[in-house]
Amino acid sequence: MNMLQVSVWRGGADGEYRNYEVPRQESQSVLDVVTYIQRSIDPTLSYRFACRVGMCGACAMTVNGVARWTCRTHVAKVVKGNAIQIAPLANLPVVKDLVTDMREFFDKWARARGQFAPQATRKDAFARVASDSPGRVAANAGIECIGCGVCYASCDVVSWNPDYLGPAALNRAWTLVNDVRDGARRERLAAVAGDAGCHACHTHLSCSERCPKNIAPTASIAGLKRAVALAAWKGEL
Amino acid sequence: MSSAGQTYAAGSATAPGAKFEAWLWIAQRASAAVLALCVLVHLVTIIYAVRHGLTGAAILGRTQGNGAALAFYTLYVLAIAVHAPIGLRTLCQEWLGWRSASLNWVVAGIALALFAFGLRAGWAVFSA
Amino acid sequence: MTMRNDYRSRNHPAWWAFLVHRLSGLALSLFLPFHFWALGQALQGEARLDTLLKWTELPLLKFTETMLVLLLAAHLTGGLRLLALEFLPWRGWQKSLLAWAAGAALAAGLAFALAL
Repeated sequence: MNMLQVSVWRGGADGEYRNYEVPRQESQSVLDVVTYIQRSIDPTLSYRFACRVGMCGACAMTVNGVARWTCRTHVAKVVKGNAIQIAPLANLPVVKDLVTDMREFFDKWARARGQFAPQATRKDAFARVASDSPGRVAANAGIECIGCGVCYASCDVVSWNPDYLGPAALNRAWTLVNDVRDGARRERLAAVAGDAGCHACHTHLSCSERCPKNIAPTASIAGLKRAVALAAWKGEL
Repeated sequence: MSSAGQTYAAGSATAPGAKFEAWLWIAQRASAAVLALCVLVHLVTIIYAVRHGLTGAAILGRTQGNGAALAFYTLYVLAIAVHAPIGLRTLCQEWLGWRSASLNWVVAGIALALFAFGLRAGWAVFSA
Repeated sequence: MTMRNDYRSRNHPAWWAFLVHRLSGLALSLFLPFHFWALGQALQGEARLDTLLKWTELPLLKFTETMLVLLLAAHLTGGLRLLALEFLPWRGWQKSLLAWAAGAALAAGLAFALAL
């Protein structure tokens, strides 16, 4: 039988790669490979997944050096010869094996003021937002984020400045800046400014290159850069 | 890191360095736009000068007593003195991990030195 | 502790463009003091300037000059690319912009090398 040589990170951040042989199958995803190892070779392997269909964002890992959603990454697409290396996401603390601690990642969404701040009350009528209005179009471009952390793990600015809010949180902030119903624009722009904010982005485009949902966080961050700069110019920061 | 996260997460805090970084970004982009024009002129001049023989007389023939050239080089040097130090500052922060306040003073010193030294060069070829 | 990315996660055109932009910026910054110093020698007269210019005839210096022109052109076109990405509406033209920037920088470097 055709076997895959799979090298999997085991342990915490000071762990090591361990090798496994996994039978190659047709239409096999990387998540299938990890699942096979846990169910048939070593039940102590820890990893995270939920939906298996690219909706939940739980199964992101580093596959052959590149952050990917493993449930929708075919082995055929990433295999080198018949070898695959699977590691936990970079830029996030390793809990064990393929599981990272996502707290900092999601805390940054809150820090970037990623919460919607409603202005209307239940007595007001529904907001009417034209689907072709510029704000709606800009928000649409970033709204499908599933919070998988692939962009954050791929971002070198995060590696070089661990306080940097990162592509996902800034992308979220940009969708809200473009939400006409939101009432916290000024506070949000102040929250995403600073040396750990949008202006730290260098347009490496790694986030946009790797995002499994084909979102371009770089575009969202560029929007924030302009909006924050304009606010500073007007003395509103 | 996460302790800092807690303090922000609660409310809508203004990020540290918000105004400073925003203005540095504006200065970096504005100087970049000026430099885009200056460097284009500079590159064309370089290639023209090299084609027509690079001699002291040829250089000074273009610049000596040329007020327009002096004004151009003054603007050029000013834009460089803004642009280069901001870039070096980011490089020091990201690649050397130098993030203390001392960095800003050193960078300001580099900016002043570049401006003064550049002006001297511009003046030299104008007045020689 | 976190895992670190290696070259494999960085191996895409825009990241290489970033590296070129940063290293060219660094090299140009380091060159500036020499450049300003050399021009400042004009204060001591045309003859002094000619003495310095004689040095530029050395093959090694010619090569260095060509590299500096190439780096300056690359920093210019790479910078224009960044301004376009940051200030113009997003239109999925990242790779084309990059190609134009690289092409224009190489053309400028070549124009200089051939004019030498």
